[in-house]
Amino acid sequence: MKHILAILVENKPGALTRISGLFSRRGFNIENIAVGETVTPGIARMTITVESSEKVIEQVVKQLHKLINVIKVSNLSNEPSVTRELMLIKVRAETGSRSDIQQIVETFRGKVVDVSPDSMIIEVTGNDDKLEAIKLLLNHFGIKEIVRTGKVALLRGSKVTREA
Amino acid sequence: MIMAALEKEGVELVFGFPGGAVLPLYDALYDAPLKHLLFRHEQAAVHAADGYARVTGKPGVVFATSGPGATNLVTGIANAYMDSVPLVLITGQVASPFIGTDAFQEADITGITLPITKHNYLVKSAEDLPGILAEAFYIASTGRRGPVLIDIPKDVFDQEAYFNYNKECHIPGYNPTYTGHAGQISRAVKAIRDAHRPVIFGGGGLIRSGASSALRQLAEEAQIPVILTLMGLGAYPGDGELFLGMPGMHGCVTANYALTEADLIIAAGVRFDDRVTGKLETFAQNAKIIHIDIDPAEIGKNVLIDIPIVGDVRQVLEELLRKLKPGNTAKWLKQIKTWQNKYPIPTGVTGPDSALKPQFVIRELSRLSDDNTLVATDVGQHQMWCAQHFNVRKPCSFLTSGGLGTMGYGFPAAIGARLAAPESRVICITGDGSFQMNIQELATVVNNRFDMTIALINNGYLGMVRQWQDIFFNKRYSHTALEGSPDFVKVAEAYGARAIRAVNDKEATAAVEEAFATKGPVLIDFIVEPEENVYPMVAPNRPINEIITGGEY
Ligand SMILES: Cc1ncc(C[n+]2csc(CCOP(=O)(O)OP(=O)(O)O)c2C)c(N)n1
Ligand SMILES: [Mg+2]
Repeated sequence: MKHILAILVENKPGALTRISGLFSRRGFNIENIAVGETVTPGIARMTITVESSEKVIEQVVKQLHKLINVIKVSNLSNEPSVTRELMLIKVRAETGSRSDIQQIVETFRGKVVDVSPDSMIIEVTGNDDKLEAIKLLLNHFGIKEIVRTGKVALLRGSKVTREA
Repeated sequence: MIMAALEKEGVELVFGFPGGAVLPLYDALYDAPLKHLLFRHEQAAVHAADGYARVTGKPGVVFATSGPGATNLVTGIANAYMDSVPLVLITGQVASPFIGTDAFQEADITGITLPITKHNYLVKSAEDLPGILAEAFYIASTGRRGPVLIDIPKDVFDQEAYFNYNKECHIPGYNPTYTGHAGQISRAVKAIRDAHRPVIFGGGGLIRSGASSALRQLAEEAQIPVILTLMGLGAYPGDGELFLGMPGMHGCVTANYALTEADLIIAAGVRFDDRVTGKLETFAQNAKIIHIDIDPAEIGKNVLIDIPIVGDVRQVLEELLRKLKPGNTAKWLKQIKTWQNKYPIPTGVTGPDSALKPQFVIRELSRLSDDNTLVATDVGQHQMWCAQHFNVRKPCSFLTSGGLGTMGYGFPAAIGARLAAPESRVICITGDGSFQMNIQELATVVNNRFDMTIALINNGYLGMVRQWQDIFFNKRYSHTALEGSPDFVKVAEAYGARAIRAVNDKEATAAVEEAFATKGPVLIDFIVEPEENVYPMVAPNRPINEIITGGEY
């Protein structure tokens, strides 16, 4: 099963290495990872997506808690949450195919953020399904390059993942 | 500044080895009130600090230089981490501008020790030092104990900063739980009352939390037999009425049978290591398990737990005692007696011309010792014979490398023990293989005239590995014969220590008596039966009641 962990961590040197090292040591791959500042200065939030069984993820969460710099860990996949990821796609765009591409981008509420004589860069945000779908459609034109930010997620409703 | 911090932390003694990057530190030591013990290898310094910490309960403090000094600490740090021993290690680092340039004697020691420290720090500026030192001592010595390393670049040693030392630390992500959950404790009380075949299964957590008197009270009031892991030995007296011995691979048959047949296991400060549980799927199938541990990550890691209690083992046991309702265990204890009579720990078969038995040597060392004895062992067969035959009477008096199984641990650990408890007798029980991994410390014990008996169980082999080759590899003794070992008596004498050789029972007894009566270090070279095996034995990943007896019963 896929798990999305939200980890609040003191923004100290090595904190990131400690966390990612813990995953690799216990033998599983981080599918994606996103890090950024929170409302509290000095505290960063990491969102990590991993594929693992319930029992193993429980052990990982406990091990994460043991890291001195880690303040809080929540498994967001256990509760309703909003998950988003941003993707930039550089797609081959000859003059003839531009309007077709444009149409797809609009359907997915994406944006064209750069145009050159034979390519375009498209920005889309969404969940996994949506990003996979647009990728599939644009593949037809020839995708030259893709970059993704990794997922970020928040619990739905007024519940929060906070340090206290 | 570092000296002042160490003084505030009540540190009286530092273990170490100098070098270029710690010149300023050693210079400060020159006229500090602190004592420093010089070793001949950094690994020995950490093991000694570890031994000191296990006896005193206080963090052991180690100094080492950058690069090779720091990397020589690695085995000792991993050893302390696996056995939850509090250490504060201070390493020198190349000066800040050189970090990351592969400078002379640079090693990324915070990177290297990331997975084997409880926490570590690379100090950026002297301003941060007081806070970091206070945190390091706090983290090392609270919760589940462990080693903390502080890496200090050479230029930081030379900076001046305001010294504002506050021992109280607030670390947002670090809040160990000490008191057990009341609801879970009540469930445990009920489970104990209703159990017919309960056992207490205790480990190193009992020792580290000072829980032995609570344990003893629980066992005696509720008449529950006690099984202790290698790390737990001493938490209950080895000759105590309810003691069943060590479980697992080289455990007592009775302990393994009791765990297998029990209907309730009160697991306290143990981590269900594979050497103890054997094949997990068959471990304690009939039992409800109460697991008390300070580290939540240990609970349910290997074995499914019915009643988890996160907390300090001593505090939880004391709380349990306040509510305790003993059940009836008379029938169970009778069953256990039957096993004990049928399956005593084998002492090795002897005949009129048989060579000196290692089991006999350990028994003599034990018989001639009193309550006030500290034993440090190395790793191998002799370690298992110690666990089986040495009567460990008190907590914190049996030092052994449990989790990592580090050959070379015993001798330096004995030095640490020597310094921790000046009134106690100290015995290092080692093997001919292990001893050669830190033999250079003979200089340290001779130079300081440490009273200590080094009992060398000399079987001419890396015995434990040879035993596996014997049993599982058809006696193909690949590279386990220690050909070319020195004459250990001469080696000890060359360093200036007294040394005795013993080749039979009579000489063995006389040698122990003489060593115990002698001041200063004494090495006894016990020439024992070369191919003696440790029994009972359970093959790895087999059920622990599937016992290889070696024809002993
Ligand atoms: C540093 C290290 N290297 C290798 C081993 C593997 N090992 C475990 S026991 C053992 C033999 C130890 O020989 P010795 O000290 O003579 O003890 P004996 O088993 O003969 O009593 C070895 C090589 C180890 N535990 N530690
Ligand atoms: Mg040997």
